[in-house]
Amino acid sequence: MRAYYDEEFDGSAGVPSVHFENVGVRYGMGPEVLRDLTFSIEPHSFQFLTGPSGAGKTTLLRLILLSVKPTRGLISLFGEDVSRISKDELTGLRRRMGVVFQDFRLLDHLTTYENVALPLRVQGKDESSYRAEVVELLRWVGLGDRMHMLPPVLSGGEKQRAAIARALIVRPDLLLADEPTGNVDPSLARRLLRLFIELNRLGTSVVIATHDFSLMDQLNVRRLVLGDGRLHIDE
Amino acid sequence: MSAPQPYLRKASPQKTKGNDRRPLPASLSRNAPLVPVDSAGGQALAAVIAILTFLAALCAGGAELVAASSAQWRSEIAREVTIQIRPNPKRAIDEDVARAVTLARQTPGVEQAQAFTKEESERLLEPWLGSGLDFKDLPVPRLIVIKLKEDARPDFGPLRQSLQKDVPGATLDDHALWVSRLSTMANTIIGTGIFLVTLVLVAAGLAVIFATRGAMAGNKEVVEVLHFVGANDDFIAREFQRRFFKLGLRGSAVGAGAALALTTVLGLVTRSWRASPAGDQIEALFGAFSISWTGYLVVVLIALLVALITGIVSRLTVRRFLNGNG
Repeated sequence: MRAYYDEEFDGSAGVPSVHFENVGVRYGMGPEVLRDLTFSIEPHSFQFLTGPSGAGKTTLLRLILLSVKPTRGLISLFGEDVSRISKDELTGLRRRMGVVFQDFRLLDHLTTYENVALPLRVQGKDESSYRAEVVELLRWVGLGDRMHMLPPVLSGGEKQRAAIARALIVRPDLLLADEPTGNVDPSLARRLLRLFIELNRLGTSVVIATHDFSLMDQLNVRRLVLGDGRLHIDE
Repeated sequence: MSAPQPYLRKASPQKTKGNDRRPLPASLSRNAPLVPVDSAGGQALAAVIAILTFLAALCAGGAELVAASSAQWRSEIAREVTIQIRPNPKRAIDEDVARAVTLARQTPGVEQAQAFTKEESERLLEPWLGSGLDFKDLPVPRLIVIKLKEDARPDFGPLRQSLQKDVPGATLDDHALWVSRLSTMANTIIGTGIFLVTLVLVAAGLAVIFATRGAMAGNKEVVEVLHFVGANDDFIAREFQRRFFKLGLRGSAVGAGAALALTTVLGLVTRSWRASPAGDQIEALFGAFSISWTGYLVVVLIALLVALITGIVSRLTVRRFLNGNG
């Protein structure tokens, strides 16, 4: 596992984690849902991605995750142009990212513990090397007594916390969270935000897609505002 | 790991519920499969594989039975040579028979030469002509049965020439035609058996392709999540392979077990028939209707082969599917 404590001073700090250059997306023959997106997400940065419902926040996150291909423009992740990367390189890039989906995307046939440990399991790591870490994270997000339960019996908030824990477990270079506090009470939302801030302080670039102004008002950071398919940046 | 998640300590303002420090059990993972293929479709595939393995095992067992029996027939027939002496009114047949027996005994590789007496030769005709007939006026040929030494392949050329010279009217039949016909028949049956086994294996492979594609479509979201959390195509293909191999092994074990059980039951039934004419016929054709150790080994190998094919085909199908779907 990478030691983020030392990485703040390494040479890769200057390369943006994400860089978009005139990126546009259209579905089929329809109009462009996102157009002329030009922005960068710097290493160790923290930003909110906001905008009204249907503005394309999730599509933008999927562009970064490389699950949607842009119809035009240039995307580079961690300094790599993604237009011509191989499948192995794609996997390598995804392993540097943690993602919290709006609909959680937990695997219903795996327990909460197994879901959270999934990113480590797919990397072929031995369970003994990550067991304590997963349990600690689960306890921290308040799922210590839910770790053997299957997602269908968890509440919406518990599923969301499990999804967040799954994204954090690999201590990613870039965290993408789609409405990560949408289903939790304000006090837990504040705790989760603190967790994101601490993760960011240790070197992770964080992008939180939300339209919860009370959450955004707690932190004076950059806001990427989507509207009418275009991006406006509030520094 | 002494400080697994340092950021948790810093971000944690209070002790959370369930934040106790009980010792952890050795494993918290149930090693649950990442791709759940044990659905109704999975069970149906296991049933199809069981049936196909059963058929393949029967074909292979049958072919092995015929191969073993035909080898037995051929060695028995090939170890026997017959001299036939047609009666000639100008010659004393008993002398000719005695001369032919002497000539046969002088041939290297011959273990025994036994002449059928006139009565014995006539008795051979009884099944066709009935008993109580007077054979005096019938020119019944006389037979000399020659048994060869084990593994001996003597050259009958000199014997044939001496017979032609000293015993006119004698013909030597070394059963080569029969052996070659039996051989052709047995090889045809074995070839057909192998062809059928191959067809069944191909059918099993095709069933696995359809089932894998169905499982991939049914687990699309699982596959997508696995990709997002950093699984590569090979990892996902391996997961499918492992699940399908287990499924295939379960199905093929049931099929092969059923085939072996059927063979055992048929063996017991034919043993109880042994005294009856029908049982004798069956035993004459197939031997004791029990497959040898080679037969059992072939059936077990087929079961393993089917399971292997199931695993490998599913892996290749997943790789193709993932490559085709970006």
